[in-house]
Amino acid sequence: MSSHTDDYLDGNAAAGELSKIFAVDITTGEGQCAHCGATGRFAEAHLYMQSPGIVARCSACEHVLLRLVNVREQVFLDVRGMTYLSFDTSQQ
Amino acid sequence: MAGAALLGGLMWRIGTVVALQDETATARTIKLEVPDWPGHVAGQHVDVRLTASDGYSAVRSYSIASAPNPERRVELTVDRLPGGEVSPYLTQEIAVGDHLELRGPIGGWFVWRTQQTEPIQLVAGGSGIVPLMAMIRSRASAGSTAPFRLLYSVREPAVVWYRNELQALSDFDRSVSITYAYTRVAPKDWPRPAGRIDVNLIANTTWPSTRVPTCYVCGPTSFVESAASLLSAAGNSPHKIRTERFGPTGDRK
Repeated sequence: MSSHTDDYLDGNAAAGELSKIFAVDITTGEGQCAHCGATGRFAEAHLYMQSPGIVARCSACEHVLLRLVNVREQVFLDVRGMTYLSFDTSQQ
Repeated sequence: MAGAALLGGLMWRIGTVVALQDETATARTIKLEVPDWPGHVAGQHVDVRLTASDGYSAVRSYSIASAPNPERRVELTVDRLPGGEVSPYLTQEIAVGDHLELRGPIGGWFVWRTQQTEPIQLVAGGSGIVPLMAMIRSRASAGSTAPFRLLYSVREPAVVWYRNELQALSDFDRSVSITYAYTRVAPKDWPRPAGRIDVNLIANTTWPSTRVPTCYVCGPTSFVESAASLLSAAGNSPHKIRTERFGPTGDRK
C-alpha cells in the first residue's frame, strides 16, 4: 500500500501547476523539510501526480513537503511540510 | 529568464502546426509557430492541452526539442504510447495548419544556459533525449564551445531519435561526443553487447569527475534512478547531477 515509493517524477514537473499560484518559479527555490531538516531544491523533490492533485515528498525521508489539490474552481495548497523556501531574486 | 524567472500570468497560448516530421515508426516531431511566444531556455517544457467537443480536456507535459530561436518556433517530439489519451492524436492525426493549446515555457531548474562554459555530461534514456537535444542544439546555435558528452541509451538502433542531426553535429564539432548504449539489440560489430548502462560504460565514456561536469539525466524514472546513482558513485557530486524523470503512466514526453 505504500505506493509513494513506486513511481515518482521530479519537483520540476510541478512548475506548470504551481505557476497558477506563484509569480516566481518556486521549483528553482531551496526548501527545508520540516520533518528531517534536509535542504534541497524543490526541483529535486519526489513528485507524485497520480492523485487528484500533486504531492511533493522530501527526497531524503519521503515526508510530504507540499500538497496541491484542485477542487472545481478552488485550489488548496498545503506547504506545512517545509520550514522555508528561499529564492534567488538576482536574475528575475 | 534565469533563476527564479517570473511566470506571472503564465497562460494558454495557441500554436499553429507548421511542419511535421517522423523520427521513428512511432515518434513524430511537431513544429509549431507561436506568435506570442516569450522565448525559452534549453531543457524547459510545455504543457499541452487537448479539449474534446464535449469539453473534456487532458493536459500533458512535453519537453521542448528546439533551441531558443528568434522565429518563435517551438518543436516537440512525441512518442506514441499504446492506449494513450493524447499521444495518438499528436503522432497520427494532427495536421499542418492545426492549432494546439500550450502553456509555457515551464521550469527553471533542468536547463542549460549558453553562458555555461563547464563540461556538460548528458545522459538520455529513450525519449529522454528531447530536452538534451534542445541543449545540444542551443550550444550549436549560440556558437558555444562548452565541451559536451552525450550518453544515449536506447532499446535498439531503429528507435534512435535525431540520429542524422546528432551525427552531423558531432562530425562538425568534435567537442560534442556521442556514445550510444543499446539495451536490447545492438548493431552488428558493435563494441559492446546489448545491455543497460553500467559502471564500466560510465567510467569509459563520461567525463571524469575531476573535470567537475554538470550532468543532466532524463528518462523513465527507473533509468534516471540508476544512471544518477552510477554518476554519483563515479565521484560526481549530487549537486552537479540534475534529473528529469517521467513515469510510464502518463503521456509525458
